[in-house]
Amino acid sequence: MQSPDKQRDKDRILLAHGGGGQLTDELIRELVIPNVNKSMTAELTDSARIDVPEGSICFTTDSYVVKPLFFNGGDIGKLAVCGTVNDLAVAGARPIAISLSLIIEEGFEVRLLKKILSSVGKAAEENNVEVVTGDTKTVEKNAADGVFINTAGIGVCLPEVELAFGKIQPGDEIIINGGIGDHGLALISQREGISFQSQLESDCAGLAGLTCRLLEAVPEIRFMRDPTRGGVAGTLNDIVFETGHSIEINQNALPVNPVAQAAADLLGFDILNVANEGKFIAVVPPDWTGKILQICREHPLGKKSVVIGAVKAASEMPLVEMKTSLGGKRIVRMPYGLELPRIC
Amino acid sequence: MLERIEKAEKEIKSACERLGRRINIMEVCGTHTVSIFRDGIKSILPDNLKLTSGPGCPVCVTDQWYIDCVVELAGRDDCIIATYGDMVRVPGHSGSLETRPGRVKVIFSSEDALELARKNPDKTVVFVAVGFETTTPATAVAVREADSEGIDNFCILSGHKLVVPAMDAVLSNKNHRIDAFLCPGHVAVIIGYGAFGKIVRQYKTPCVVAGFEAVQILEGLAVICEQLAAGQSELESVYKAVVTRQGNVTAQKTIAECFEAADGYWRGLGKIAKSSQKLKEQYRRFDAFDRFGLKEEHVEELRGCRCGEVISGLIEPPACRLFAKECTPRTPVGPCMVSAEGACAAWYKYENKKK
Amino acid sequence: MCLAIPARIVELKDDKAVVDAMGNRWKAKTTLLPEAKVNDLVLVHAGFAISLVDEEEARKTWQLIEEINFFSETSNKLSG
Repeated sequence: MQSPDKQRDKDRILLAHGGGGQLTDELIRELVIPNVNKSMTAELTDSARIDVPEGSICFTTDSYVVKPLFFNGGDIGKLAVCGTVNDLAVAGARPIAISLSLIIEEGFEVRLLKKILSSVGKAAEENNVEVVTGDTKTVEKNAADGVFINTAGIGVCLPEVELAFGKIQPGDEIIINGGIGDHGLALISQREGISFQSQLESDCAGLAGLTCRLLEAVPEIRFMRDPTRGGVAGTLNDIVFETGHSIEINQNALPVNPVAQAAADLLGFDILNVANEGKFIAVVPPDWTGKILQICREHPLGKKSVVIGAVKAASEMPLVEMKTSLGGKRIVRMPYGLELPRIC
Repeated sequence: MLERIEKAEKEIKSACERLGRRINIMEVCGTHTVSIFRDGIKSILPDNLKLTSGPGCPVCVTDQWYIDCVVELAGRDDCIIATYGDMVRVPGHSGSLETRPGRVKVIFSSEDALELARKNPDKTVVFVAVGFETTTPATAVAVREADSEGIDNFCILSGHKLVVPAMDAVLSNKNHRIDAFLCPGHVAVIIGYGAFGKIVRQYKTPCVVAGFEAVQILEGLAVICEQLAAGQSELESVYKAVVTRQGNVTAQKTIAECFEAADGYWRGLGKIAKSSQKLKEQYRRFDAFDRFGLKEEHVEELRGCRCGEVISGLIEPPACRLFAKECTPRTPVGPCMVSAEGACAAWYKYENKKK
Repeated sequence: MCLAIPARIVELKDDKAVVDAMGNRWKAKTTLLPEAKVNDLVLVHAGFAISLVDEEEARKTWQLIEEINFFSETSNKLSG
C-alpha cells in the first residue's frame, strides 16, 4: 500500500517532472512514448533523424493553447496533430513527421495527460504521421492552463504542385469541403461561465488524406488554406489582400449546420468569423471544379463539398463581397480577432 | 419565406414610386442596423428610400462619464466588473475594459453576475447594467434576488435607458428629417407596441414595430411605405409572433418595483427628461454610483467625435472627419465605432468601399 | 434592440428552465414569464424568457424555425 504522498506523486504532475532527471525519464518512458508512438525505441534523443526523398520539404510550426482542453469531438492532443497535419496538407505536402513539446502546469492530473497523449497517438496513426521527437517542461501552478502544446511538422512537397497566392486568377472558383462554424461554436459552448450545452461537435480532423488525393489528381489547383482562426472571412480576406483581386461568395451556397447557426445567433457571432479545424478552402481553375468536387465528395471528409464563390477582378478596391439570400450584397470584412458574445 | 420577401419588396418599390420624393425612415434599434447591413437590405431598396440609424444602440448612447466610471472601477483590486460583451471595447479617456485583463468578466445574463458575487465574497461585483427596456427586467430580477438573499457584495451601475423619450427627443429637434420609425421589436415585447402610440399621436409620424429577420424588416418597411404613400400615420406591428399591444406586464411590474425614471444624459442628444432608469430608494444600496461616491459630471466628448449627430440621424458616418481615419473598428474613438451595431462600425464594415 | 432567439422549454422547475434551440441547450429563467410551461416555445434574451412565441407566426418569422421539422426528422450526426 503506497503512502498518500507517493500516491499523490502518481496522480499529478510535479515540477520535477520537467527537471530533466529521473521523473522526466519516467514520464517520457512510461507515459509519453507508449501513448504517442508505440513503435519508437527507448532511445531518448532530443533530435530525430528522418530520411526524406528527393525534392522539397515543407516545414511548419504551431502552438496549441485551446480552452477547454477537452471538448465535443476532440481534445488538445487531437487538435495539435490535426492542426499540424493540415498546415502541411494545405501547403501541398504529404506530412511525415511531427515533434511534440509539452508545457505542463504543476498539479495537472496524470490521467488527463494520459488521455491527451493517447489522443495524440491515435490522431498520428490515423493521419499516417509519426511523432518522432519532443520535449517536456513543467511550470508552476497557474503559469499555464493545464497543458500547452507546441508542434513542428515536416512534409514532403507533392511533385508538380505549387500552391501560391500568385497563381490565383479572376474566374477561379472557391470550394470548401463542408459545413462551417462547428469547431469554434462547439468550444465556446463548453467554456466555463457559459452554461450552454450543445450537440455540436468540433470538426477537428486531419485533411492530408483528402488533399493529397486531390492534388495528385489535379495538380492545377491554385491555392489552399484551412480557415482556422478568423474563419472563412479571415481566409478570404487574406486572399484578397495578397492578390489584389476581389472575391464574391454566395450566402445560399455556404454549407452551415443549422445547430451551429442557431448557436451563432444565440451568441451574436457571425459564423463566417468562427474557427474551423477540419475544413479547407481551395481556389481552383473553373475547368477542374467538377472533377475536384467529385473526388472530395467520395471522401468522408468532403461529402458536403461545394462551390461557395469565385475570384473576380477588383473594380475600385479589392473586397470580399457576399450575395445575401435576399439577393442583396454586403461586404465581408476581416474579423477583429476576438468575437465577443453580444446581447444587443 | 422567399415569397413573402419578394412581396414586401414589390410593395416597397410600388409605394416609393408613388411617393416620388425622398423618404427617411429611422431604425431606432442598433440590432436593426446590423441586420439591415448583414442581409444587404439597403442594396435592394429603391433609391429614394433612405434608412437612418437612430439612438437605439445602448452602448452608443452611453455617455462618456459612465464609461469612465466603469473603467475606473475596473482598476480597483476589490472589484470584479461583470459586463455584457458589447461594452468591453468601448473607449473611455483612459482606455477600455479590454485593457484591464483579469478583473473583467464577460457574462451573458445578470444571473451570471449575481453568481460571481456569491462565489467571490471578498470582492465587490459591479454589474455594468446597460440596455433598453428589453434588458432592464433582467437586471431588476437580479437586484431583487440580491436583496432577498442579502448578497451585499453585488451592485449595479445602471445605464439602462428608455426608448420612447429618445424618439421624442429626436423629433423635437426642428432639423430632423424623419418621416417614420421602424421600431425595436424586442423592446416592444416588454413595453407593448401601444407604447409607441404617443409618438404617432403627438407627431403624426408612422411607427411600425418589426423583428430582426430580413423578412420582418422588409415587411415592416413595406407597411411604413404604404402608410406614407397613403398619407397616413398609424401605429402597427408586424412582429406578431411575440409582440402584443400591452407587452409583458410581469416584466413591466418588475422594472417598476426596482427602478424609477430619472433624467438621463444621452451622448449626442444631451439631457432627456425621464429617460434613464435609477434604482428606487429601497434598493439604493445596490447602486454602484452611490456606493463608490461617483458624482455625475458631464465630461467633454472625445475631440472631434460626432457620434451624437450620427445617432440623431443628422449626419451619416462618413461626414465625421474622424471616420475611417483616426476612428476605425480597431482604433475606435467614439462608441458608434466600437459597438458592432454602432452606425459607424456597421457602415465601416459593410459599406465603406474607399480606402 | 437586442439579440433574442426562440427556444423551446425542455425542463422547468420553479422559475429555472433549460431551453433548447436546434439542439443547443442552456439555462434560462422564467421569472418574467410565470405562465410558461414545459414544451412552450419562448423568446429568450440575456438568460430570461421574455415572451411566449406563437408557433404559427414563428414559422413565418424565423428561417431556422421553418427548418425545425426537417431537422428533427433527419437529425443524426451533426458535424458537417
